[in-house]
Amino acid sequence: MTNKFSNSYKSVPDKEGHFGIFGGRYVAETLMPLILQVEESYAQAKSDPEFSNELKYYLEHYVGRPSPLYFASRLTEFFGGAKVYFKRDELNHTGAHKINNCIGQILLARRMGKKRIIAETGAGQHGVATATVCALFGLECVIYMGAKDIERQAPNVFRMKLLGAEVIPVKSGTSTLKDAMNEALRDWVSSVDNTYYLIGTVAGPHPYPAMVRDFQSIIGQEVREQILKSEGRLPDTLVACIGGGSNAIGLFYDFLDETDINLIGVEAAGHGIKTGKHAASLNGGVPGVLHGNRTYLLQDDDGQILDAHSISAGLDYPGIGPEHSWLHDVGRVNYVSVQDSEALESFKLCSRLEGIIPALEPAHALSHVGRIAPKLPGDHILVVNMCGRGDKDVFTVADSLGVVI
Amino acid sequence: MNEVTTGRIEKKFKFLKKEGRAAFVPFIMAADPTLDLSLDILKGLPAAGADIIELGVLFSDPMADGPSIQAAGLRAKSAGANLRQTLSMVREFRKVDDVTPIILMGYYNPIYIYGNEKFLIDAKNSGVDGLIVVDLPPEEDKELCLPALKKGLHFIRLATPTTDENRISTVLNNTSGFVYYVSIAGVTGSKSASSEEVHSAVKNIKKYTELPIAVGFGIKTPEQAAIVSRAADAAVVGSAIVKVIEDNIDETGTPSDNLVDTVLEFVSSLSKGVRESR
Repeated sequence: MTNKFSNSYKSVPDKEGHFGIFGGRYVAETLMPLILQVEESYAQAKSDPEFSNELKYYLEHYVGRPSPLYFASRLTEFFGGAKVYFKRDELNHTGAHKINNCIGQILLARRMGKKRIIAETGAGQHGVATATVCALFGLECVIYMGAKDIERQAPNVFRMKLLGAEVIPVKSGTSTLKDAMNEALRDWVSSVDNTYYLIGTVAGPHPYPAMVRDFQSIIGQEVREQILKSEGRLPDTLVACIGGGSNAIGLFYDFLDETDINLIGVEAAGHGIKTGKHAASLNGGVPGVLHGNRTYLLQDDDGQILDAHSISAGLDYPGIGPEHSWLHDVGRVNYVSVQDSEALESFKLCSRLEGIIPALEPAHALSHVGRIAPKLPGDHILVVNMCGRGDKDVFTVADSLGVVI
Repeated sequence: MNEVTTGRIEKKFKFLKKEGRAAFVPFIMAADPTLDLSLDILKGLPAAGADIIELGVLFSDPMADGPSIQAAGLRAKSAGANLRQTLSMVREFRKVDDVTPIILMGYYNPIYIYGNEKFLIDAKNSGVDGLIVVDLPPEEDKELCLPALKKGLHFIRLATPTTDENRISTVLNNTSGFVYYVSIAGVTGSKSASSEEVHSAVKNIKKYTELPIAVGFGIKTPEQAAIVSRAADAAVVGSAIVKVIEDNIDETGTPSDNLVDTVLEFVSSLSKGVRESR
């Protein structure tokens, strides 16, 4: 398949931050100078070997990279088809892929001389990762989190506080991730001089989608090296869950131009797309403009953003990163969806068969693997991104199963 | 490059220049607290001293707005507001007033979903004079700003305390009608800028443009409106007005009988502040 914009899927975004019609910089004027400053500083950092070395140092010695590529033999046997590998980003420090991006951005914020860090969080994984790097470098940290998410992710809230962050409950709108992002943007508008906004996913105004992707793309780079070592060839299929889409783009990016590799993104279908209670922006939304970029959004016919729903707080967002919208439209990545109930089954299955309690987010990806792996031949190599561990979700899962802990 | 505009904004500022005073510009959210009451308030604004009116367009995620205007949006939402209805409200207003300029203020997504081309035609035909779209910076001018200017609608840009000397010409390029100076780095209805800050900022922008300069964000009282009016060509008040609406609704969501009058009285007091400032 060829791409009409250029002969590489890696040629986006353009210098204005557009991925085809998606992306861009739709922010209030107050923020524009800051965003241009972030862009300039990031461009400088990217070409500075000192920055790369520093990043490499922390990824290796603090985060614990590379994360293993693990052959899930019992699940493979259970599915009875493709060989299933887990990219084990849940073994990173703080238990998810989020820290890859946080280390990168905190080093940038330091270069920019910023003393105060703000971030939004849904499941709390990005909040924990941000609070962690702020503790590491002694920076003030303020985390905005939807009041509803605070309730369902209590352990992560406590973690953030232990790490010295201030967690501000957001009660506006629907009290979830999108509202936390609104509130973080409001904070940023009001504290432009000393504050850096550490966005947790491949969304927001340019340069964030491209920058977060760059910091996460180490996932795919490692997979390439590791699979060549263990199998002597590249994988056939890569699968990752999608909320904003940072772990997915991190896994996919290095392989975008190898078009014989299937790339599958798994959205959260909540109670089912037809019920309207879901978080599948690509499969159930239309393009619109929110949080600084144009992308697929769940919205009504007046352009009002709708509530997303997913059992997984990390996928509970009515939008998706603009690069995914573009990859969807050009057809390079296949985006499917998985319901709450299916994800719960995979959560249990993976825990029992592999001794790995996955986060509810990658449990979605695993559900789709369960659909396709049995039909694939035994020499088909499939890699799924185990992007977070499930400790944070045990209360939610127990509740769904009717168990009182 | 513009097609002929309705000219209401130009005429208004010409008239005010003769009068030797600044414009008073109230903001209300369309359909707050209900469609009918909002239309009553809108129709009453000119007599209460409004020279130009900013009419808020509902958006579920108003990133630049503080709690008061967020709450106004929620009330408008429960009243069933949408962009189509807001335009029909302007048409109703135009039946009784063909001179007071109306600026629609809001965020881009509802317009984008309505369809840019169709929106510009319908807005113009409804009697809208200009647009303020908070999340469309000059970098995205091709989207709506240039087509709006071509259709004869003013595109009023925000300049802010973070707009430095390097950026001011970018911001002023393609701006028409007037320039809206956001006097604080913050959301609507939060802190207020000092009169010195406002005066020097307005003076600075005047170096680069001959357009009138309106100042808003953080103006809450007739006294503050008066101070701003001494330096600027217009003073915008939003949050403080919608707060009066909020204060006249009881816990069950029922508006008080004299809500419209109370709001218009407050608007009168603000406008008096502007009128008596020079």
